[in-house]
Amino acid sequence: MSNTTQTTDTQFRQASAEYNFGFLDEYAKKEVRRSVLKAIAIPGYQVPYSSREMPMGRGFGTGGLQLTLALIGQKDTLKVIDQGSDDSVNAVNLRSFIEMTCPGIDTTTKVTEANLIQSRHRIPEQPLREDQVLILQVPYPDALVVVESSEDKRKIMHGEADYSRLLVKLYEDIVKFNEITISHRYPTRINGHYVIDSSPIPRWDVPKMHQSKALILLGAGREKKIYAVPPYTLAEPLEFDDMPFRVENFNDENGERQACHLCGCNHSFLDEFMDAKSGQKRYQCSDSDYCHEQLIYKTSTSNQHSEG
Amino acid sequence: MFIKPILEVENFSKTFMLHEQGKELPSSHNVFLKAYAGRLTAIIGPTGAGKSTVLKGIYRTYLPTSGRMMFTMENGQQIDLATADEHQILALRQNEIGFVTQFLHTLPRQPTENVVAMPLIKKGMERRLAIEKARETLAKLNLPERLWGISPATFSGGEKQRVNLARGLLARPNLLLLDEPTASLDPKTTDRVVELIDNLKQSGTAVIAIFHDLNLVERLADKVVELEPPIGTEQFFNDTRKVL
Amino acid sequence: MSNDKILEVRNLSKVYGKGCSKCFESTGPKHDTNICPHCGSVVAAHDISFDLYRGEILGIMGESGSGKSTSIKNLFFDEMPTSGQATFFDQGKQYDLFKLNAQQKRHLRNHHFGMVYQNPVLGLNFNVSAGGNIAERLLMNNITHYSDIRDRAIELLRRTEVLTERMDELPKNFSGGMQQRVQIAKALATNPPLLFLDEVTTGLDLSVQAAILDLIMEIQHESNTAMIAVTHDLGVIRLLADRTIMMKYGRIVETGLTDQILEDPQDAYTQRLVASAL
Repeated sequence: MSNTTQTTDTQFRQASAEYNFGFLDEYAKKEVRRSVLKAIAIPGYQVPYSSREMPMGRGFGTGGLQLTLALIGQKDTLKVIDQGSDDSVNAVNLRSFIEMTCPGIDTTTKVTEANLIQSRHRIPEQPLREDQVLILQVPYPDALVVVESSEDKRKIMHGEADYSRLLVKLYEDIVKFNEITISHRYPTRINGHYVIDSSPIPRWDVPKMHQSKALILLGAGREKKIYAVPPYTLAEPLEFDDMPFRVENFNDENGERQACHLCGCNHSFLDEFMDAKSGQKRYQCSDSDYCHEQLIYKTSTSNQHSEG
Repeated sequence: MFIKPILEVENFSKTFMLHEQGKELPSSHNVFLKAYAGRLTAIIGPTGAGKSTVLKGIYRTYLPTSGRMMFTMENGQQIDLATADEHQILALRQNEIGFVTQFLHTLPRQPTENVVAMPLIKKGMERRLAIEKARETLAKLNLPERLWGISPATFSGGEKQRVNLARGLLARPNLLLLDEPTASLDPKTTDRVVELIDNLKQSGTAVIAIFHDLNLVERLADKVVELEPPIGTEQFFNDTRKVL
Repeated sequence: MSNDKILEVRNLSKVYGKGCSKCFESTGPKHDTNICPHCGSVVAAHDISFDLYRGEILGIMGESGSGKSTSIKNLFFDEMPTSGQATFFDQGKQYDLFKLNAQQKRHLRNHHFGMVYQNPVLGLNFNVSAGGNIAERLLMNNITHYSDIRDRAIELLRRTEVLTERMDELPKNFSGGMQQRVQIAKALATNPPLLFLDEVTTGLDLSVQAAILDLIMEIQHESNTAMIAVTHDLGVIRLLADRTIMMKYGRIVETGLTDQILEDPQDAYTQRLVASAL
């Protein structure tokens, strides 16, 4: 079941027909693909590429967008999410743009139906498959930028796998707060060498990178870097032997795990918000597609029960 | 019975070249000396004859201008102290040759008992045991117990000398050089020192010593070497000492 | 004191500037300068050769411009020499120092060498706590157990007499003497067989100097670390060094046992220097 956007405006169609498929010229796409190949061949290594100017501001996902445009073909089915939702403004904008410039592609909100997923800030809850590619939008590709301002020195540190200064930052965290307080962009070591900035995904999603069946590509448009976590690759968040990496827990003050107020799911990553009417704290699945699926599942099983 | 000497000094001479003044200052000259295990060789002579110079030459604090100083090491090999490599000398100083001078240079905060125990600790003795032995020796030399735990930096001359001696004697080197070891000591303590030196001789240490008191030379020396002042040095003292 | 050689330096030279064929013959103590009159290059050090044995402390003594700091900076890889050779021996292996690649050099710097600078800014990371500085060194050595790192940092700071209550403070809040102690703790974190000390007590109050020298000696007795101590202070040489090299205008003018250099200096310059010590 696909969900094609109906453009009724012929002018739009005509205008977009004058652009190359995928907006970028073929040379640009070729360069992105070659960078992607290099990134896969050297897991975790930041491949510099000539990031094109896109018709949207930097910081709105131009890196992820260029990856999608370079890889997508007419037979592909695309899903775009932002903070887990297909409906947020940025996701809608990006999806519209891609549809407009890639006539003939399918788009969907269902993870299971997509083979190309562009995302900012979340990895979908549903485990991905080998035939799927996940593209993450990245503001800052270099995990070392917090400890070293010179790019030359950072390159040497990456080359020598010298992340001691990054680890010292974690040490200082533990000293101050008794735990590592990094919540997003958790530094993660890929294939035993390069440590990457895992992009603004929450800690919850970092383990999904490890031995993932799907290829994960990360694109930073403003910083002009592409890097990759290939399938079945080690992705190990930095930790200490006696202070292991841990994901967020959603326990309330009684130690009970919060659940989504819509679908009742108690095993997904939850967004916290204030109910406008009641002023109470509420929790909801961040992954809207997953929430939807859980609701369907819940409804169908309760129907079965009532029938049975 | 013929015993081989542990040290044989042949024709040792030392002249200081003072570049600033453009002068040469002769000191010891043509010294021949032998030291034997378990025996004490005393060096006597008037002031300015270069007695301390000989000891310092053996210890390599001074570079001999000429002559040989053949020392038989623990492993049986012989080495010329005058020309030996610096690190070889350092090894000998740590393990085989000791020197008790009139000066005490120590690290500012080290307590006396540590200073005395250090040579033993460096040789590998367990720290606690070494300090125990240090205390024993300090007691024998009549250094009050209240001084053992503080740095010798503020001690009197006599007290410093006892610390120096304790350190030198305790280490039991194969060859011990003593430069006026009892100069600042009272008779009672001097007797104790004589005892300790005797013990040292009995345990096999070869001793070369300069004593200002000729009675001590009588009591302790098995051999005596007399030095004369070098030609050209003014003699400030006219009295010639009694020669044994 | 063992008979194991730990470092062998041969004909180390360092020239700043383009250099010319007359540089070496026109500079040095005989010419009273280390600046080449023909091309203006600075011959900071020339033909420096010495050996160091395990457990020994070698003092390199000289006034400003003698080239003493230059020599050890090259050995510690802060700079590259113009020519010369140096071999480091450790645990049966031999390292030709100036032929190593960047990673090999880094490995030696992190595991086998320690360096304490006169200026703590060079040796410490001022953005990180005192304990963090030590942790950094341990982390470079793949020690990744937080409690172990913490314990070791506490142990080292205690050993160098830094109040462990202050271990989580930034070094900029410490006095000069305390900053040096943290540097020493950091340098010793990996039990290096060779430690470089570059004017470590210069600029500190006398009482602090004494305490730090004492500390260094104690540590040396315990761990039998070989050390090269660069200083212009005869008092430091007397207390620390077993052997001493005297440098002037980039050349070695005399070398010998420390007590011999101080009591029976042979070279005219050395004699003058020793005589002028307060």
